[in-house]
Amino acid sequence: MSDKIFKKLLFVSALVIMIVCGALFYSLMSGSLPAFRELGFFRFIVSSEWGMNSDGSEHYGALPFIVGTLMTSFTALLLCFPFSLPVAFFVGEYYNNTVVAKVLSTIVDLLAGIPSIVYGLWGFYVIRPFMVSLGLSEQGFGILTASIVLAIMIIPYSASLSAEFIRMVPRELKEGAYSLGATRAEMIRRVIMPNVSSGMISSYILALGRALGETMAVTMLIGNTNNVPISLSDTANTMASVIANQFGEADGLKLSSLIAIGLILFIITAIINYIGRLIIKRQSL
Amino acid sequence: MEDIILKFHNVCVSYTEGKNAVNDVSADVRRGLITSIMGPSGCGKSTLLRAVNRMHELYPDIKITGSIELDGKDILKMNPIMVRRMAGMVFQRPNPFPTMSIYENILAGYTLNGIRLSRAEKDEIVESCLFNVGLWDEVKDSLTKRGSFLSGGQQQRLCIARALALKPDVLLMDEPTSALDPIATAKIEDLLVQLKKDVTIVIVTHNMGQAARISDYSMFMYLGELVEYDKTQKMFTNPKDKRTEAYLTGRFG
Amino acid sequence: MKSYSIRILKDRLLKTMVIILSVLTCVPLVLIIGKVLLKGYRQINLSFFTETTPSTLDAMLAVNNNQLIPGGIANGITGTMMMVLIATVIAVPIGLLCGVYLSENRKTRFAGIIRFLTEILQGTPSIITGIIAYIWVVVPMRSYSAIAGSVSLAIMLLPLIIRSTEETLNLLPESLKEASLSLGSSYTMMVLKVLIPSAFGGILTGILLAISRVIGETAPLMLTALGASAIQWDPAKPTSAVSLLIWEFYNDPNLSNMIWSASLFLLILVLVLNLTAKKIAKKWKI
Repeated sequence: MSDKIFKKLLFVSALVIMIVCGALFYSLMSGSLPAFRELGFFRFIVSSEWGMNSDGSEHYGALPFIVGTLMTSFTALLLCFPFSLPVAFFVGEYYNNTVVAKVLSTIVDLLAGIPSIVYGLWGFYVIRPFMVSLGLSEQGFGILTASIVLAIMIIPYSASLSAEFIRMVPRELKEGAYSLGATRAEMIRRVIMPNVSSGMISSYILALGRALGETMAVTMLIGNTNNVPISLSDTANTMASVIANQFGEADGLKLSSLIAIGLILFIITAIINYIGRLIIKRQSL
Repeated sequence: MEDIILKFHNVCVSYTEGKNAVNDVSADVRRGLITSIMGPSGCGKSTLLRAVNRMHELYPDIKITGSIELDGKDILKMNPIMVRRMAGMVFQRPNPFPTMSIYENILAGYTLNGIRLSRAEKDEIVESCLFNVGLWDEVKDSLTKRGSFLSGGQQQRLCIARALALKPDVLLMDEPTSALDPIATAKIEDLLVQLKKDVTIVIVTHNMGQAARISDYSMFMYLGELVEYDKTQKMFTNPKDKRTEAYLTGRFG
Repeated sequence: MKSYSIRILKDRLLKTMVIILSVLTCVPLVLIIGKVLLKGYRQINLSFFTETTPSTLDAMLAVNNNQLIPGGIANGITGTMMMVLIATVIAVPIGLLCGVYLSENRKTRFAGIIRFLTEILQGTPSIITGIIAYIWVVVPMRSYSAIAGSVSLAIMLLPLIIRSTEETLNLLPESLKEASLSLGSSYTMMVLKVLIPSAFGGILTGILLAISRVIGETAPLMLTALGASAIQWDPAKPTSAVSLLIWEFYNDPNLSNMIWSASLFLLILVLVLNLTAKKIAKKWKI
């Protein structure tokens, strides 16, 4: 095979990625167009109605699901923080390059490997009854239940990336702090933290990106109601869970509305991921 | 009887069990002078120096025996935080904290130790320390800029100022000019000679010329052992040990 | 000046907190695996692998008589295998070539765009790939199918494979290329006979890890493969998958005993893939 053809082949394969992304965006756009045309883009986003009215007319709005998604994801992020941060310091600083660190990071990696649906089952049979016994809600479904499980699911992502950044802090800086008489805690606060803060923020942004699109576990725990949630104990739906739940039996305007929700979800996660990667690139320059 | 500030007594340091990187070193370092430690790379000179600042404790595999006395106190039995305040350290590569300004870098020793100072005290410390290392005129208008914007030589002087800010009894320097160009090196050497009146300096160097130019006493280490320790002038003109002679005449190292 | 003992105390406290919270983080994994193991192992027997899903009625009778539910998840296993295989066949060649392209053209603008798109694709929620495969495959074919499921999985595999290939190739020393070119090798031969073989371990590890990420995917398959109660070898027809079966069992109280064994199977599959990948990575280290 001549080099020319081979180089073309490499180029074409890269082009395929571009085409896939373009087609993906186009398909989502054209699929959601009927919904936007019928309901109006802005009204679609701010409306909280979902379903058939009594007169037989249909109306769909994404607000409940956008709110549900944001509440669930941010709660999960908040809950994951007090665990993923210590794990990052355990692996990246305190026990860096030791067997215990390897064991811990393997365990945390395994957490990332468990399929979403298994998390959902575990949440359903373990966390949900626990929530009931706490008297937080009658059935145990709701945003808080979904967030707890979601938090566990995103710990690996934020922890392993944060640990990378902590590990990258040059040894000379740490020694510099120690040589001035700092304790380890003081060194972490004054030297490591300022050095890794932006990297750490990016790791949590990427974890947030994960949480936004997580589907099965959330679907099984959030209660699947189409109202705008007010408190954490409310049942709700996220953008992903409403698609998973209703896509199968949907057609016409409803199907288009669900695709439109998919488009919004795609755009939000793309932006979140872009910001996260951008910060990482800045950091590593 | 000369004034001894630092006493090594049968010091052994090992990275892996049964193999000493520093082997049974005993020596007395005199106050107010510059003592250099020379030797080929891997001879244990840095390891010995870092032991004085208890840096080896950051790496759990390193074991140390013997005793090191600083001002009559065995530092291996003291808390490392106290030791490190008494013994300042300057490293091979300049390491100003990149997230702190020049001003904050000088005061880093105080912030890291949780010591609160008034604004006036801070200003006074920063100015005098920068002045002492000859950096004041160069940076007095950019104190709020980050230290990492300075040139290598300036950065290293900043690090010296940072170490001196805590008023240590002894300043340990681990090849402080190995990452610098000749002009910056010369400036640092001049500075060290000036600083001698305030602080005792122990400097590790692989540069024989440097040792000859600035130090009053020299140690020569080889394969972890202290081969020879004498007045610099004497050692360079009339070495007692064959290995020292071989090293000084450039036959290895 | 803060007293010295308070500083030490704070230092110790921080370390203790870090250790306690880190250990606590491991608890969910132990609980999940424990739960799946304890509740799942009973249903695992030969027929679990060789028979298809039982009907609700059969399952109910068995449960009422305190027996094991008859049947297994063979339809799911075959479906998962088939879809993962097709998805791999689609994604590996494109991913590999694209990874080579990105690694060979590190600084061009076009490569930067492709890299950016790969990152966007990697962050895309799995359910979106389900919608896309639905629009691209299910609608034109007028039927849910294994192919549609494979397409959604392939979209997920692609960015993972591209990135791992690129990263592995970037680790290769430049001298390797120079050496083979200096021997008069053509560019094509250099890539195919030197670069890719040298990076083979890393690339294979990347592929296996990517597969382990998508093998338990459920949401996109609900929109594309739908599920089937019998073993289905025709990729143009609706097909089941282990993860889809778990979802079915979850929704059918009579079958709920089988949830855990199917989950156990899925967990073991993911674990084995992960461990194999790690082993390969160790063995083929560049």
